[in-house]
Amino acid sequence: MSGRLLALLLALATIALIVAGTLWPGASGLGAADAQARLMGSASGPQGTVHDLLQRIAGHDWSAAYNSLANKSEFSEAEFTRDLTGNYGSLRTYASLAGYDIQPLRASSDEAQVKAILRWASVVGTFQDTRDLRVVKSGERWQVVWPVVKEAKVPPQVIPVNYLRWDVIYRGAEDDWGAQDVEAPHVRIVAMHPVDRGGGVVILGEVLNEDVVPAFVTVKASLLNGKGVALANEDSFDKISHILLPKQVSPFRIDFSGVRLSQVDSVRIQPSATLVAASADPVIGIESQKLIPVPDSSLTGELVNQSGQIVNVAHVIGTFYDNSGQIVWVADGYPNRALLPETPVRFSIPLPADVSGKVSNYRVVATTYSSSHFQ
Amino acid sequence: MRIWAHILALLTAVSPFVAGQSSELQFPQRVVAGTVFSVPTSGSGEATLYIVGPSRVLQRKVRLGESIAFSAEDLHLAGPYVAVLTSGSSSRVAQFNVVASPAPAKLSFLAKPSRLPVNLSNAVSGVVYVFDRFGNLILEPQQLSFELTDSTGRKQSHAAASHNGVGWVRMNSGAKAGTATFAARAADVHETRVIQQVPGEPCTIRMAAHPGRGQRVVLETQPVLDCSGNPVPDGTIVSFSESFAGTQSTVDVPLKRGIAKTELPSHPGAVISVASGVVMGNEIRWNGGL
Repeated sequence: MSGRLLALLLALATIALIVAGTLWPGASGLGAADAQARLMGSASGPQGTVHDLLQRIAGHDWSAAYNSLANKSEFSEAEFTRDLTGNYGSLRTYASLAGYDIQPLRASSDEAQVKAILRWASVVGTFQDTRDLRVVKSGERWQVVWPVVKEAKVPPQVIPVNYLRWDVIYRGAEDDWGAQDVEAPHVRIVAMHPVDRGGGVVILGEVLNEDVVPAFVTVKASLLNGKGVALANEDSFDKISHILLPKQVSPFRIDFSGVRLSQVDSVRIQPSATLVAASADPVIGIESQKLIPVPDSSLTGELVNQSGQIVNVAHVIGTFYDNSGQIVWVADGYPNRALLPETPVRFSIPLPADVSGKVSNYRVVATTYSSSHFQ
Repeated sequence: MRIWAHILALLTAVSPFVAGQSSELQFPQRVVAGTVFSVPTSGSGEATLYIVGPSRVLQRKVRLGESIAFSAEDLHLAGPYVAVLTSGSSSRVAQFNVVASPAPAKLSFLAKPSRLPVNLSNAVSGVVYVFDRFGNLILEPQQLSFELTDSTGRKQSHAAASHNGVGWVRMNSGAKAGTATFAARAADVHETRVIQQVPGEPCTIRMAAHPGRGQRVVLETQPVLDCSGNPVPDGTIVSFSESFAGTQSTVDVPLKRGIAKTELPSHPGAVISVASGVVMGNEIRWNGGL
């Protein structure tokens, strides 16, 4: 009897939940992190207020989000929007809020401190934006004091640049078969180190453009067994700076999943280079590089655009060496703001905790993408 | 289509003659491409002459008893030919070869690489294919000469003979960077290619530092040269690196007008180094410009 009663109760509860879910569906669509955030506070409390604000941001309801702030008199709605969506076609401009975590730091009856970790989805992966938010009570209402990051602006000016560029004219289809064509650039692998990692093999290395012309470089690798049979083939994809100017060195990383280093007898590396039109600008200084130890093991620094051209998206790739000069890791990162002339932009390259302790030296290169042309 | 059907039928019919029987048609065994010649015939009446050669077929109405004349353009492609003269049910067959004219008229010249560093031995290769005026590869040995002239006018010369239509040579790149001219000659025919001789690795890189605006240090190299004294091309990347108190700043700068120039944060006591590719330059301990 009690079993039947339990079954009946469960069935009723299920029906009730289905009806509730149909009538009042979730407002966000931000996934598990959102559900977690929702559980952390009521809509009337500080965390609920932060949650509501982030919901509006996720929904691109900039006006409502701005109007809910306690300190909106300190900046305009446009500045608030630019803080979140970036400017100058940066990575942030094309990102959307994929989720967030809210962590209460402290609270009193009329003020609270909440850490909000925003996860933005972009074309090159997810990046995090952490904000320490002050939430104040004004009357019966909690409001967020938004720590606006004002986007740097460069005053209108003319910046003279000695522009250096290579253009290429290839042979034509009507040329005699013996006629010359432009020679492909000569590139060379100057370091290579395979490591066993995460259930797979990772090939780490560096490639040098030893020619006097720019090269578009890709590196392919094959893992061979004792009989010379290829176990797997991969290429460096985005873990390389593809355009190398003369005498420029780029790190590369090739990830193989599902193959153990013990199965591999030899590695065949095939760098290939194509002559491409390219520009020597912009020049990017990579300043104040510093290794951050565990638990936040990473390499941080600032990118400084030394040219006059605005860089929409930058890509930084770090090569990490041990004390014998052996490459122990290659990692990359994308700062989410555009690089304006002479304006430092922070970057961070995450480093695995187990690798962090082995690193004794490092080298960082930056690749840039500008909407006016690709470099 | 019909003519090809005729030719196929003819060749099938006369194949025993072609294989073994001497013909009554008196074609020369060896005809030089572009030669004017004639072939006598015997008998009387009308006949049809078919000549089957490499990638072409000739069909001509002839009168037996008269000579068949060939102009310079009639048989100009080198290779084996079969001639069949048919009249009614009888046919006469001849085989002959057309060979390339011995006078070179065109060279196909492959010069590689089109760009290479200075001072490399046996690094430039030149391969020449010798053709007559009809585009036939001349298989008889031909005397070839090669000449590599660098941007200062210095010349290297080599002579070689062609074998089976091809001749080749290897030469050294010169000491002076610039555009070199690589010429190949056979008789009075010549062909020219351009070889870009580029500077080698930087020999030494020397930089100097002086205070810049604000808290910056200006770094500037002397003109960067290779070990033969050639200026390293603009666009070559020079890497500056500054280490100070556990932090590092780097910048990759392209050479412009022969020098690389940039700014880094000024930290008295910082160690600043410079390199290009695998070549290291000097190192400076920055004292703040004092």
